[in-house]
Amino acid sequence: MSDLAYLFHGFAVAITPFNLGLMLLGIVLGVIIGVLPGLGAANGIAILLPLTFTMPPTSAIIMLSCIYWGALFGGAIASILFNIPGEPWSVATTFEGFPLAQQGRAGEALTTSFTSSFVGALVAVVMITFLAPLIARFALKFGPPEYFSVYLLTFCSFVGMGKGSPAKILASMMLGFALSAVGIDIVTGGLRLTFGFTSLLKGFDFLIAVIGLFGIGEILLSMEEGLTFKGASARINPKVVLETWRKLPRYWLTFIRSTIIGCWMGITPGGATPASFMSYGAAKKFSKDGDKFGTGVVEGLVAPETAAHAAGTSALLPMITLGIPGSPTAAVLLGGLLIWGLQPGPLLFAEKPEFVWGLIASMYLGNVVGLIVVLSLVPAFAAILRIPFSIIAPVIVVICAIGAYTVNNSMHDIWFMLGFGVVGYLFKKLNYPLAPMVLALVLGNNAEDSFRQAMLMSGGSLAILWSNWLVGSISTLAMIMLFWPLIAQGLRKLVPSKPDKLSSEQPVD
Amino acid sequence: MNQQRKAFSSRALAVVAAGACAALAFSGTAAAWEPTKPVTIVVPAGTGGGADQMARFIQGVVSKHHLMKEPIIVVNESGGAGAQGFLDVKGSKGDPEKLIITLSNLFTTPLATGVPFSYKDFTPVAMLALDEFVLWVNADTPYKTAMEYVDAVKKEPGKFKMGGTGSKQEDQIVTAEIEQKTGAKFTYLPFKGGGAVAVQLVGGHVDSTVNNPIEAVAQWRAGKLRPLCVFDSQRMPYNAKVTSTMSWHDIPTCKEAGLPVEYLMLRGFFLPPGVSQDAVNFYIDLFKKVRETPDWKEFTEQAAFNQSFMTGAEFVKWLGNAETMHRELMEKAGFLATK
Amino acid sequence: MNPETEEAGAGDRGLVSTRAVEIGVAAVLFAFGAVFAYSSWKLGNRWGIEGPQSGFFPFYVSLIICGSAASVLFHAIRAGRAHEQAPFVLRGQFAQVLKMAVPATLYVLGVQLIGIYVSSAIYIAFFMRWLGRYAWWRSIAISVVIIVSFFFMFEVWFQVPLYKGIWDLTAWTGY
Repeated sequence: MSDLAYLFHGFAVAITPFNLGLMLLGIVLGVIIGVLPGLGAANGIAILLPLTFTMPPTSAIIMLSCIYWGALFGGAIASILFNIPGEPWSVATTFEGFPLAQQGRAGEALTTSFTSSFVGALVAVVMITFLAPLIARFALKFGPPEYFSVYLLTFCSFVGMGKGSPAKILASMMLGFALSAVGIDIVTGGLRLTFGFTSLLKGFDFLIAVIGLFGIGEILLSMEEGLTFKGASARINPKVVLETWRKLPRYWLTFIRSTIIGCWMGITPGGATPASFMSYGAAKKFSKDGDKFGTGVVEGLVAPETAAHAAGTSALLPMITLGIPGSPTAAVLLGGLLIWGLQPGPLLFAEKPEFVWGLIASMYLGNVVGLIVVLSLVPAFAAILRIPFSIIAPVIVVICAIGAYTVNNSMHDIWFMLGFGVVGYLFKKLNYPLAPMVLALVLGNNAEDSFRQAMLMSGGSLAILWSNWLVGSISTLAMIMLFWPLIAQGLRKLVPSKPDKLSSEQPVD
Repeated sequence: MNQQRKAFSSRALAVVAAGACAALAFSGTAAAWEPTKPVTIVVPAGTGGGADQMARFIQGVVSKHHLMKEPIIVVNESGGAGAQGFLDVKGSKGDPEKLIITLSNLFTTPLATGVPFSYKDFTPVAMLALDEFVLWVNADTPYKTAMEYVDAVKKEPGKFKMGGTGSKQEDQIVTAEIEQKTGAKFTYLPFKGGGAVAVQLVGGHVDSTVNNPIEAVAQWRAGKLRPLCVFDSQRMPYNAKVTSTMSWHDIPTCKEAGLPVEYLMLRGFFLPPGVSQDAVNFYIDLFKKVRETPDWKEFTEQAAFNQSFMTGAEFVKWLGNAETMHRELMEKAGFLATK
Repeated sequence: MNPETEEAGAGDRGLVSTRAVEIGVAAVLFAFGAVFAYSSWKLGNRWGIEGPQSGFFPFYVSLIICGSAASVLFHAIRAGRAHEQAPFVLRGQFAQVLKMAVPATLYVLGVQLIGIYVSSAIYIAFFMRWLGRYAWWRSIAISVVIIVSFFFMFEVWFQVPLYKGIWDLTAWTGY
């Protein structure tokens, strides 16, 4: 109960006009940072960190964490409107969000995505409030085998996604793995697959691939179909928010499942990006409309956004309680704590309660403020699609180029992005699915590292993936997800249901 | 606008003064160089790491105390174990507004990967501090001294896991040095960052680490980790209690503990090749001012740095020795790039 | 291989058949896989006591790429000319794509030479004038407003220096 008292004290701290102003400023900056691809939240916070030295630590963290919330919200905007994910965890948002926008339902897509983000984040904050110390210990159980099993689970919940040629799905995914292997091999410290080019030293960052494949590729396709963006007919409907809200409660199951996936991935700390993919994959597997995913299904937009925000928020939990950064952004915030003279870690709750609870209170308020800000801007964002193609197209190319450059501060990456654009155009026209390639690029490296670390631990034996209840149950769950279509079929045969019988009998008749 | 004009006029005055003085003799103050555009600090490592924290800290201190007219911008170029950042600065010949902050990858990356750069390609500015390495074990294990632990490792070669940041970098080099000096054999597990390594140790997934103090201090204070010894020639000078019973000064050196291994990591600044001595002097002066601020004292105490400060010939000599040492250690451990 | 004689659309001829592009892309993928497989094989592709070696995963991944590409290639060739004769892209469409791709490539080249800001301003203005048929003054005004706001956002507020090119034309701004 004393915790609750602290929390209310925290609200009192956060609600001073000065802090509220910082909150608003942080949200707006965050949304801008989130919209511009490449200028990630980690970057944004790192850049503004030195400016906060002269503020009291609580105000500083309020502003910086609000940048984080803003960026989480903002990442969805460019993904939905232009198929350019502003942040890594927004990639899965493009799968349904962009088709929706093309159908002239951009306002609905934006509202859905912001609302889902809010729900995910809110549940995660509530969890942090009441369960922080308890859950934090759980994160410590994650060693290399556990990490690998989480990545495996992400892959397994995602494979079998696309229809069409298995050879092409396989080629696309393996291409992603191959490209993710370029650069430094963390385990041996040596270079690999760089063929002596210094421009390949840093490997292929998947953001560059995604900006090219999706952003540039989409522009080329739009161009082929005439000088329009298909969403140009989007009408501006000020009531779109309320209308969308009326429909959302029917996806309650997706909300719950995605929140659980997100919170769990945030704590473990798999992070927001795997969480969004995993949640999207799970939604597709378990949804009645699973076949229609990829053509603009609202449920498929709810899933990744809810999970990404639940994960992004709970990633701050290990940071506060253990001093472990759960994400790059949290790592920068952690550095900030040190500079303000605070020591993150298990003792922070006891030593600086006013700071910790001020931060938690600001999470509640920041999210509410953020939601109000972005929702009120939905019509404005949707209106961007009405800008004529011949203005917006070159601007998108410029934004893509800036985004590709800022990832690594490297000019080569702009060329790579252009190359990926051509690949995206060709692949899309030849029905090679892009999603498996992107997923492999995102997780390939991490999955390989943790696998090889696990193998170093076990002396090359795969049994380590079932060596304790935690890793064993995640690995088993992964296998179930992988063979889910077969299992579902088997279940149907064992327990024949009425409609199934009918459909199988009809041809005979 | 006003400020800019003022800056301009004072610069103009300096030029006039320089002209006047030049007629008489060569004067040090007259030739004072100053940056004319924002100064970039390249961090050849990711955001949130030790080098990044220090760069951003200096950025903040400089702006807080108005130590320089132009702002500092921090840019992370971590690709290829830092090679990207080093190659960028190496290629920016003669650019006096671009600094690079180093970690040990100044020596280890070219040796381990064969990417062509070395400290000789840069204009050395100053060593700001040296980062310490401490041997840590989980507080739940029975080992109280370094030798107790090393003896246990010797009994079962390969069973004990040493966690560290990256491969063939400082952490693995320290590990290899321990192995070479004692005959113990570890299984080395490379992770991506120091924070992750400390957590793996707390979670019991590895048996020991050689984390920098700042990476492990939070867990130490919470009673999760135990420091066994510090890889320095003398104890750390910080007497303030960090935990209820111990200060940094209470950690014995590894040499005292019977483990004759020393290793320190450079936190220094370099400029691109071909930069004038005036510019170097400006930055040396700037870093001296940074070191005098109370913020720096607090920061170094938190991070428990070895506060050596070196410039000029002394620094170059140190760099030469450090490179030779890295080459020898890595050669013995078989870490050199095969080419 | 080059069925230019085929009538594909109303008045617009196909440039190249889907089958030909399919074969081309699969061949490139196969070559890519082969190069990667060879490079990883040299790194060491075995499973040692330390677990898989540096080239283990890339090697098998590359082999799978080769395998999948070969399968696509095989099917495309076997399908014969009778099937998949549908044009990959019509001439008019391809001209449209080139109108996007060529200026974009020149733009990136421009970024390399004269930096992001100047190159972007020229690119946006040119594109608006050329494809959007806007008046010169409008094209230039809009592109300058956009680029100046980007400049302030990145260089001044967020202090993220963007690429200034080999010949830095924005040096006079002091950033």
